[in-house]
Parts: sequence; structure tokens; C-alpha cells
Amino acid sequence: MKIHGLSSASRCLAAEGGVRGLSSSSGPRVCIVGGGPAGFYTAQQLLKDAAVDIYERLPVPFGLVRFGVAPDHPEVKNVINTFTQTAQHERCSFHGNVNVGKDVTIDELRQAYHAVVLSYGAEGNRSMGIPGEDLPGVFSAKDFVGWYNGLPSNKELHPDLSFETAVILGQGNVALDVARILLAPVEMLKETDITQNALEALAGSKVRRVLIVGRRGPLQIACTIKELREMVNLPNTRADMLPADFEGIAEALKDLPRPRKRLTELMMKAVKEGGDDKAEKCWGLRFFRSPVEVLAGADEKRAAGIRLALNKLEGSGESVRAEVTGQLEDVDCGLIISSIGYKSIPIDPAVPFDPRRAIVPNEMGRVQDTAGLYCSGWVKRGPTGVIATTMNDSFDTARVLIQDMEAGKLDLSVNKPGAQAITALLQTRGVRMVLFSQWEKINAEEEKRGKSLGKAREKLLDVDEMLCRAK
Amino acid sequence: MSACALRVFLQRAAVTRKAAHQTFSQTRAFPQCVTGSYTHSRGINTLTNSLRAEEKVTVHFLNRDGKRISVKALTGESLLDIVVNNDLDILDIGACEGTLACSTCHLIFEEAVYKKLGRISDEEMDMLDLAYGLTDTSRLGCQVCLRKDLDGMILHVPDVISDARVDSEKESSTAPPKV
Repeated sequence: MKIHGLSSASRCLAAEGGVRGLSSSSGPRVCIVGGGPAGFYTAQQLLKDAAVDIYERLPVPFGLVRFGVAPDHPEVKNVINTFTQTAQHERCSFHGNVNVGKDVTIDELRQAYHAVVLSYGAEGNRSMGIPGEDLPGVFSAKDFVGWYNGLPSNKELHPDLSFETAVILGQGNVALDVARILLAPVEMLKETDITQNALEALAGSKVRRVLIVGRRGPLQIACTIKELREMVNLPNTRADMLPADFEGIAEALKDLPRPRKRLTELMMKAVKEGGDDKAEKCWGLRFFRSPVEVLAGADEKRAAGIRLALNKLEGSGESVRAEVTGQLEDVDCGLIISSIGYKSIPIDPAVPFDPRRAIVPNEMGRVQDTAGLYCSGWVKRGPTGVIATTMNDSFDTARVLIQDMEAGKLDLSVNKPGAQAITALLQTRGVRMVLFSQWEKINAEEEKRGKSLGKAREKLLDVDEMLCRAK
Repeated sequence: MSACALRVFLQRAAVTRKAAHQTFSQTRAFPQCVTGSYTHSRGINTLTNSLRAEEKVTVHFLNRDGKRISVKALTGESLLDIVVNNDLDILDIGACEGTLACSTCHLIFEEAVYKKLGRISDEEMDMLDLAYGLTDTSRLGCQVCLRKDLDGMILHVPDVISDARVDSEKESSTAPPKV
């Protein structure tokens, strides 16, 4: 990834005594809330023209690249190399273990910086809104993924994997990741950075059948072909589809754009060929079904099944919607994972928030009705898209911010204290910040522990332990 | 670290990663540039080939701003390698460092040149399908290796998604929103 060389503004700063003198000079200072892809990509673009400080709630950086991307997709995590370069840039400072909204407010940040960018993503999840959703045995995909990826708040999840059938609601790439991790042979996972406790739980798992349920039809499936192909190619599994779900699909193929056509053809091939009959495990897509109730077992203590309503499709093209038919179907299962979307939450009452769309209302990244406040990534556009989508979006916000700086919309004539002021404030509040060099100690420890287990890394699961290692 | 040093760092990291390929999922096909044809043989890597193939060939990149960037490069290098190794001013490409985990090295070829290129693998096609502004002569730069008979070809660097589009679903009819 290209990180730009010095812009003309920065060259002036350099001529005046170098960027190290920034604490006493009047260069623009920008603060970014959130140390995931959006935060880092926004920072990367801004560094040409400003000093940038990134604040992250966890002691460790990288957000969903660390906690969301599946353990068996290590190439997707290569972007960490670019983020590391950004963090190590002399005009960039990473501050971990700082909870914006609790340890420090947005208003305090806006006083200390010329501009603040909100890049804190989507830490919540959409709920199904059905009875029984809170029964043991039901998890959000966000939590299940967080569990196998070592997110500290999910370390006590202990999902019970002693049931034969698991049902996943939603058919995006996250749903397919979960299905794949549930059914993959342990050999495929044992050298990755999956947590050791998840690996052991999966090694002892009795789950043999995973159904991935969507409310619309095959032509509306939200996953991409790479993830579907990985399911089709999964060793010791076969595909278990319902031919009835695919009525009329073959005829529609010829009019589809190539990507959708290839995806649909792959699904139809799985319907036709199924796979090895001797396979011990199976997975299947189920269409036209919406969850209406989680059914408890006889003891009423945990989930034992899910009731699905059958839908029909109305409308056409991009606006096809599911409508109820009144028919119901019950599926016995002991593990239910709802993968219907992440969701942003408001972190500070001073920031406008649209609860319907669950984003910070904005125009091209400029937060509505608030000067000097910007947003990038999922908190700006909603929780969809791959890392590259977030990259482009973050670059857009950065460009808009730079335009505003150049157009005089941000008062750069005022000196802003930046991290000096915030660090002092945090110290008086007893908050222990983790700098990037300290993350590197945590990183080294994780790699060391991983090596002794034959894995890429063994993540620390506990914030206190991370802070201890960061000393 | 300077931009130049960053390029070298990423290139070295990519070569190391290709060598460590065996530990990763068997469904991934790494770019394996072999002079003259495209195979997925794991034994050969681009470093070996660039030592063998000393021929220099001219390639023109037509950048997003309309400017043409011309470069002389070694046969055997992938088109992404060429951008990285020569520190070309083409931004935001190669996020996954050539491992078929993104589509940011998407390039558009002239039709006659496109037809001369080697077979496209399912894995490349799968990622290419996600590229913004996909055309019938699109390829991923990390999967196409320079050959002598591609001398003088013009590569069009396509636009990326910009915020002029309000709704991510409308960005491309070919690419559904995905996580």
C-alpha cells in the first residue's frame, strides 16, 4: 500500500525544525476514535497533512481484522502490515486501552484537536426480535466469532457444541465463516491463530450438520463465491440442499451479471452433486425462511429447536422482498447462531446518532450539524463491505477533512494541545494507556506462545494480562 | 519508514509468505509466475524466475487521473510486483499483498492483450467478481505475469468506489454488499 511522502504543508513543518517539534508548533492535529481498519486507513491518508492520534478501547489494535476475520483467512490480515507502518509513522500515535465516551468525552477530544474522526465501527448486533432468543444455546454471530477469535468480552462464552444440528440465521460471509469453522477438520485450524480453547471445543464438537437459513431466495444470497466455494470444498462434508428452493433459478441464470451468475451456478452444482455420501458432516442452505421463535426443550431450560416461517418473494430485481405465507416449519437443533448484521451504538451523547439506521448521521463523512467532527467506516455507512470497501470509504473521509482544512472550515490558526492534554487528563483519571511499542510487546508474547503450540499466535484473552505484558 | 523502504518491506514479506504457502488453506492459489505459461506449481516462486528472466519489457499504466506511467520491468514479475518494486504512483492497490484476498489490484486490459493472457483460475475469478467496475477484459494484477509478448501493453487502472454514490448497494450491479 502506498503511504504518501510529505505534502507541501508537512515540508514546511519539516523546514521549521522537523515534525518532532510538533508539540510546540502549530501543525494540524487530528484525533481518530477507533483503532480498526477505518481508523488506520483514515490516519494513513491524513498523515500527509496532520499529526494523527488514534484512540482505541482495547489495549490491542486492529479491530475486526484481529477479531472478525476468520482464523483460516490469514491473507486477509496482511493489511496489518500497512496499519503497523501507519502507527510507526513519526506523526502518528496509537493510544490503546482508552474508552472514548467513558474515560474521555468527545467534547474533551474536540477541545484538544482541530478535528475528530469517529471510526469506532459496530460493536453491537441486530437482534432477531423473537421469543426464546435469550435462551441458552442462542448466540449472535458477533459473539461466536468473537469467541473463536479471542475477543476478551467473549472469552466466557462456552458454547455448547454437543448437539448434532446447528442453525445459522443469515447467509452473508459471516454466516458462512461460522459454518465453516464449525465443520472444518481440526487439522485445518490447528496452526492458525484461533484461540486454544475454541480449538479444543471444536475438536470435541458433536456438531455434524449446519443449516444456513435466509429469508429470501438463492438469487438474493448475500455471501460471496469464495466463501461458498470453501464450503463446497470442505473435506469430509457434503451439501444438503432442497431442490425445491431452486425452482426457476436455472431459467434466470442467463440474464444475471457474471458474479451473480457464477455464484448461483456454484450453488446449483452443489444441489445437483451433493458430495460424498460417506461424508460424516453436512451443510445446507435453506431459503425463504424467517425465524419466528426459538423453541425450548422439555426442561424449558435451553434452546432445542427453531420455528421458521416460510416466505414467498414479491417484487423483482434489487427490491425483492419476503412476504409471509402463514406456513411454519420446526427444526430440531441445539445451537442457534443469528448472523443478521452487526450494529453501531452511540458512544457519547454529544454526537448525533440515527437509531433507525444505527449510524452517525453524516454528509460524505462530515457529521451533521457539528463542525470539526467526521466519521469513517461502518459507523458512517453501516456494517457491510469488505476491508477494501472500508479503505476507500476512509480515504474519502480523509480527503473531505483535508479539503475542509484547506478551505478554512477548520480553524487551524488556533494551537491545539493534542495528545499532551488528553494524556494528562487520562492520568488524573487513572487510565493506563497502551502505546504502539507496548502493543508490540503483547504481539511478541502472543507469537511466542503460538510458536510453542505450533500456531501462528496464541492471543491473550484477558485485558489485565494484556496490560501486564505491555509494561 | 520511507515509501521506498515500505515497498521493499512488503515485497520481501510477500515472497516469504509465498514460501510459507503450504501451511495455508488448500483452496487458495498463490500467484505463481512462470515465464511463458501460467501454472500453479508450488515449487517455483517469482524470486527464482526474476533471476532467470532478465528481459525488460515496457508497460504503460493509464492512471485514474488520466496520466500515463510507463515503466520498464522484468519478465516474470507480476503486475502488482511491478507497481510495488518501481514505487509507481498508483494508489490503494495490493491491500492483501498479492494473496488473492482482495480485488484492489484490479486492472483493465486492451482486448487483444487480454486474449493472450493465460487461463484465469476460479480463485482469481472469485475475487475479481468483487471488483468495482468489472469489465470483460479485467484481471487481477497480482495474478498476471509479465511476458515478452506483452511488451508495450497499456493497463487501465480503474476507478474505485467513491462517496459520490450514496447507497453501497447501488455501487455495482455486479457486486452484492458483503462482509
